[in-house]
Amino acid sequence: MTFASVLSIMISCIFVENFVLVKFYGICPFLGVSRKMGSSVGMGLAVIFVMTISSLITHAVDVFLLIPFEITYLRTIAFILIIAALVQVVEMFLHKFVPALYSALGIYLPLITTNCAVLGSAIVISQKGAEFGFIEAVLYGVFSGVGFMMALVIFSSVRERLEFTPCPKAFEGLPRTLIAAGLVAMAFMGFSGLKIF
Amino acid sequence: MSKPRNPYSFPAMLKRGIITENPVLVQTLGMCPSLATSTSVSNALGMGLSVTLILICSNVMISLLRKLIPDRIRIAAYITLIAGFVTAVEMLLNAYLPSLSESLGIFIPLIVVNCIILARAEAFAAKNTVYRSFKDGIAVGLGFTFALVLISSVRELLGSGTLLGYPVLGASYPDATLFLMAPGAFLVLGFVVAGFRKITSKKEGK
Repeated sequence: MTFASVLSIMISCIFVENFVLVKFYGICPFLGVSRKMGSSVGMGLAVIFVMTISSLITHAVDVFLLIPFEITYLRTIAFILIIAALVQVVEMFLHKFVPALYSALGIYLPLITTNCAVLGSAIVISQKGAEFGFIEAVLYGVFSGVGFMMALVIFSSVRERLEFTPCPKAFEGLPRTLIAAGLVAMAFMGFSGLKIF
Repeated sequence: MSKPRNPYSFPAMLKRGIITENPVLVQTLGMCPSLATSTSVSNALGMGLSVTLILICSNVMISLLRKLIPDRIRIAAYITLIAGFVTAVEMLLNAYLPSLSESLGIFIPLIVVNCIILARAEAFAAKNTVYRSFKDGIAVGLGFTFALVLISSVRELLGSGTLLGYPVLGASYPDATLFLMAPGAFLVLGFVVAGFRKITSKKEGK
């Protein structure tokens, strides 16, 4: 594990293959929670937190259970159950031991179960095969979460301005949000093809 | 129309699923697959029909089990059931339509977390009879397919000048690849939703 490979995973997860703006994982929370800067930060932190742990656990289950017993066709079921259970456990743990963090992330945590970014990262890691060890899997989870949060934060600041601008009636609400998202995604196209080495 | 007033007649449900309560264009559910798999009409059809099939199965199954599933763990139970059907469809596509399964890729397993399916389970199948849930699955599934085909035909036409792989705009059309990439997906969906609203609001105004 060299520094260069850490950097390469980081750049590719955050910019080149940004989960939201390039790969379309987690569009629902992206559109739903990005109205205010504060809530995007909350959702982003909750996703980073869950995604880091879930990448580690799903990778372990994949390597030690599903692959040796040749039941990889159960991946989807196994992964979603792990994520659902994990979100529950994390919620209970934070509620009991870190109440401040719990009240900050509170309402966003249960939503994460059906956030396709979390299941998406677990599946992508499982498809990478043998080149991905545990460290790579965890890094992938962390940085994909960071990329998700960054997209949310950038977009929420675009959106806070958008709310008060006049526009044709048919474009109010979702359509103009989508068009603004398209423009932000266009900016991210500039990163495509970027490679460290 | 013999029973025009019955809200659970099949035509009324179809109209709601496809037009007035379209899951993508009106309720804005299931955005991830509608953006990601609408690069060509054939992908959109494949995705739409896969979701329809899973939605029908999960609606029927959840409606059958609605009195057995304890209320507190119902969401986990629904997700497990849906994941089972998704795995079955994934394996079927892999065996019989490998090229489609290749191009839809990770978005087939991600159907598990498609909000449309969970929303219909929670809002409809858990409260209604099996036959009604079956019809609801068809109606909402077709609504999803309709939206996907609408978006993908715009994207395929503008992006590569073809429809379902047949050239429409002629060989001299310069490919506007932007529409096949991520930004184009957001832009086209934005304009399609706005256009859809304009048309439906005009109809209601009359």
